[in-house]
Amino acid sequence: MKYLLLINAGELDPSGGAVGCEPEDWMRFDKEITEAGVVVASESLADLVTATRVQVANDGSRTVTDGPFAETREVLGGFYVIDVPDLDVALDWAAKCPGSRAGGSVVVRPIADFAGA
Amino acid sequence: MDQVEAVFREERGRLLAALARRFGDLDLAEEVTSEAIEAALVRWPVDGVPPNPGGWLMTTARRKAVDRLRRDQAYAAKLAILQVDADRAEGPRPGGGLPDERLELFFTCAHPALAPEDRGALTLRCLAGLSTPEVARAFLVPVATMAKRIVRAKARIRDARIPFRVPDADELPARLPGVLQVIYSVFTEGYAASSGPYLQRTDLAEEAIRLARILHGLLPGEREVTGLLALMLLVHARCAARTGPDGDVVLLEDQNRARWDADLITEGRALVVSALTGGPAGPYAVQAAIAAVHDEAPDFVSTDWPQIVALYDVLLTIDPSPVIALNRAAAVAFRDGPETGLALLDSLAAEPRLRDYHPYALARADLLHRLNRLPEARAAYEQALGTAGSDPERTHIHRRLAALTSEDN
Repeated sequence: MKYLLLINAGELDPSGGAVGCEPEDWMRFDKEITEAGVVVASESLADLVTATRVQVANDGSRTVTDGPFAETREVLGGFYVIDVPDLDVALDWAAKCPGSRAGGSVVVRPIADFAGA
Repeated sequence: MDQVEAVFREERGRLLAALARRFGDLDLAEEVTSEAIEAALVRWPVDGVPPNPGGWLMTTARRKAVDRLRRDQAYAAKLAILQVDADRAEGPRPGGGLPDERLELFFTCAHPALAPEDRGALTLRCLAGLSTPEVARAFLVPVATMAKRIVRAKARIRDARIPFRVPDADELPARLPGVLQVIYSVFTEGYAASSGPYLQRTDLAEEAIRLARILHGLLPGEREVTGLLALMLLVHARCAARTGPDGDVVLLEDQNRARWDADLITEGRALVVSALTGGPAGPYAVQAAIAAVHDEAPDFVSTDWPQIVALYDVLLTIDPSPVIALNRAAAVAFRDGPETGLALLDSLAAEPRLRDYHPYALARADLLHRLNRLPEARAAYEQALGTAGSDPERTHIHRRLAALTSEDN
């Protein structure tokens, strides 16, 4: 079963980085989860604040706006897609992820499996 | 028919748990559990009860599940069942009984990934064997609403693949309180209904006790499970004395203690002792100890208030909450007098959780009343009235207000 782990930073420092996250913690975690053989995909966003939103209206006109951050305190910093037997295992990885600490959070969502359809 | 169904109630939970674990799907497990029981109701009166009824039910249910999955390959693929054939070849268990996998089901039904309001519903449905209309009645919601909630919860378990497993020893301390909370919330709704015509709903309290008995049987060494069962028995023992002939509130100080259930108290006291023995006490064990102190007092005035306050002090250190602080303040009022108790209550006035919690306003009203500060008492009673839940609680407050008015004149 595949799960998406969305890593949200809790608080941003003045330069737009996540507070309380050390690069060594991330490297250690990434090594552990990669060596466990469960990672399907993973990316870290270039920074926490650069985002451009595109919406197309019914008349086909395109609206481009600067990121969706005004109304949300948590900002997406990266993600993992992992393939593990069940939700409890996915939650364990989420809890090990440094992104779940220091006011941040990891949101775990199951990924649809259309193989049997 | 109802009697036969009752016989199957306990068996249904075991069967459901074993099948849910095997197939990873509660819907399928429920469907074939019901079909197997229906088959038994038809066949056993004719063919006689088989020598191993549990095994018969299990074999029948599994066969029906396998048939269903053969018919519906897409469904089978969704469940990722790989062991159907191997499963069929598996021989009977040496003891002949069903495997007891209800503990797994307890943890699945109380999984933190489920909505809190769905956990109790699912636990009552799957482990207490209540039908959907019965669960709806338990939570005072329309049957259609409850049916929707149960479907949603089962879909969540399947789609997110919430496992049917007992947490490892190292996770157990984090997960067990969730299971206990589900059972206790069923009990507290039974103890003091949050709305409706009755003060207490003994059927719900008894379901909670039944669930706790099952859990205690499965985890006899977990002292907080023992503590929760003890707490519920020691509180439920007073149930007959808590309401008057019209269903009205009878306060602890006015209860006829001869109507307390001595057997439940004896059983609860023995359980409290084991819940408090062998390590630091958990919050349920301490609350059970408080209930035991009340139950042991021959009358209200001889209640050991210093002991009760001391137990609340312990409780506040291990499980601090404004509600515990409120209960402690009430106990202090009986130990040291209403003035001291009131000062403590007033120090809690800023707690947001107590703002709409009518026992807080009621406790203040009572102490102000005893201190003869009648206008303030009246205001506090009226505030309690604004947030009180069940009809008998409201009637009780109206009576106190009436008593206060006659004193005032």
